[in-house]
Amino acid sequence: MVHSVTRSGPSRSFPAAHPLLDAAAADGDILVLVGHGAGLAYTALAEKARYTAILVELGTECLGVHTGEGRGEEGSNVLGFARFCLGKAPPSDLVEIVRQPRTRPDALDAARSLFEAYDLKTAVCGDFPGRIVDRLVRPYYNAALNRLDSKLASASDMDLTLRLGLGYPEGPIELLERTGLADHHDVTLAVYQALGDPAYAPARRAQVAKAGQRREG
Amino acid sequence: MNERMTVGVAGSGTMGTGIAIVAARGGFPTIVFDVERSRVDASIAQMKAFFGKSVQRGKLTSDQVDEIMSRVSGTSDIAQMARCGLVIEAIFEELEIKGRLFSSLNEVCPPTTLFASNTSTLSITEIAARSGRDDRFVGMHFCLPAQLMKLVEMAPGLNTSPKSFEQAWQLCEAMGQRPVKTQDEPGFILNYFLVPFNNDAIRLVEARVAEPVEIDKAIKGALGYAMGPMELLDLVGLDTQVLLCEALHGVTHEPRAACPPLLRRMVAAKRLGRKTKRGFLSYETAAIFGA
Repeated sequence: MVHSVTRSGPSRSFPAAHPLLDAAAADGDILVLVGHGAGLAYTALAEKARYTAILVELGTECLGVHTGEGRGEEGSNVLGFARFCLGKAPPSDLVEIVRQPRTRPDALDAARSLFEAYDLKTAVCGDFPGRIVDRLVRPYYNAALNRLDSKLASASDMDLTLRLGLGYPEGPIELLERTGLADHHDVTLAVYQALGDPAYAPARRAQVAKAGQRREG
Repeated sequence: MNERMTVGVAGSGTMGTGIAIVAARGGFPTIVFDVERSRVDASIAQMKAFFGKSVQRGKLTSDQVDEIMSRVSGTSDIAQMARCGLVIEAIFEELEIKGRLFSSLNEVCPPTTLFASNTSTLSITEIAARSGRDDRFVGMHFCLPAQLMKLVEMAPGLNTSPKSFEQAWQLCEAMGQRPVKTQDEPGFILNYFLVPFNNDAIRLVEARVAEPVEIDKAIKGALGYAMGPMELLDLVGLDTQVLLCEALHGVTHEPRAACPPLLRRMVAAKRLGRKTKRGFLSYETAAIFGA
C-alpha cells in the first residue's frame, strides 16, 4: 500500500529524515499527517473518505480533540500515532497507534503494516491521556524523584537496584538526568491535568528543573 | 575469618534454597534449617540439582561441586544453629511467626551471631524488636532467583549497630553478592517501585486503555525492558501480586499499591499466570522460567 506524507511544522515523532518519510508518494492510500500542526491539517483536509487510513501525529492530546467524539461510538479511518520519546533523547522505535471505539479494522491494519514495514514497533491503545507508556512510566519517575528526596537510597543505589534487580537498561534517576527533568515535568503535568490523578503531579525535583528552564529562558 | 563463618538459612523454600546455594558457593559452611526434615532434604536435593546443571554448563567442575556440597548440612533441630555466625531467615511473610523464630534462635545462638531477614515487605525494626538482639539484626533482601541474582537490598533497623551492619555487608560481598543500602521502609527499593508499577499496568487493562499484549509491546519497545509488566506478573504469579499488594498497601496506604479489582477476579478464576497456563497472557506449557 502506498502512502503520502503531509508535514505541518516540526515533528516530535520524525524530527529528522526517515525512510518512511522518504518513501512517500504524491497520491497514496494512506495519508500520514506529521508535525505539530497535524491535527489542524486533518481538520482542513477536504476528502477524508478517500483514504484507507489517515494517521495523525499526536502530542499529549487525545485524537478526539481533532476528530470530535460522540456517545462513545466515534471511529472511522482516522488513527492517531506518536513515537515514544523521552525529552532530549531521539524517538524510540515504538509507535503508539491510537484507535477509537469504532475505528475501521482495515485502517488499523494499514497503520500497523505501514510502520512495521519501516522497522518500527507498534502497540495499539485506546484514545486516553498518556496512552500506554507515559501512563505507566510517569508515576514511576515521580515516585523515584520523591523517594530520592526522602532519602530511601542514594540516586546511584536506586538506579543500580532497578538495573540489577529488574534488568532495566537504566535506572530512573539516570534516565531522567539524561533525557531532561523539565521535559518530564511537561509531560507528567499534561497527564495530571487530564486525569487528575496525584500520581502524575510533577515531583518537586521536576518542578525545580522546570523553573530553572524558565529562568534561563 | 568470614570464610570460615557458618551461615545458617532458616526456611527451605525457593528463597531459602537459593540463599543457601549462594552461601555455600561463596565458601561458607552452610546449614539449612526448617521445622520439617523432609523439607530440608528436598532443599538440599534442589541444591544438588542446581549445581549438577552448573557442571553440565561448564560453570563448575564436579570436584568443585563436591567441595561446595561438603560444606552443606541440614537440620530440623534449631539447637544446631548454635554454630552459625550469621542466620538469614527466609520463611513466609508473617511478622509474628518470624518473631517467634528469631526469639528461638536468640536462645540457642551465641551473642556474636548476626541475624538477618530476607523479608521484602515487613519492617526490619519490627522483626528485630522480637528477636532479642535488635542491635545485631539487618535486612538482607535477596532477589528471586537468589542463586542467579547478585543484588541484595540491605537495610538496617532503627537499633542496628553500625558495626553489625558493616559485618553483614562484608559477609554479603564475601558471598559474591552486590549489596545496596536502603532504608527500612516498606518494599525497600524494588518492591516499592515494582508493585505499584505492575498495578498500574493492570489498571490500564481494567480501563480498556490497551490489551495486555499491547502493553508489553509498548514497554519493551519504548524502554528496552526485557519483559513487559504483564509477562512479569504472569511469571511472578497473580496470587503473589495480591499478597504483595496487601503487604505494601497495608503499611503505606498508597493508592497505587492497592490491589486492583481485576487482579482479585483473576485469582478467583484461577488465572494465576504461567503456573496455571493462563494469566494476562496464555501459555501452552507451565514450564518454569529459565533453564
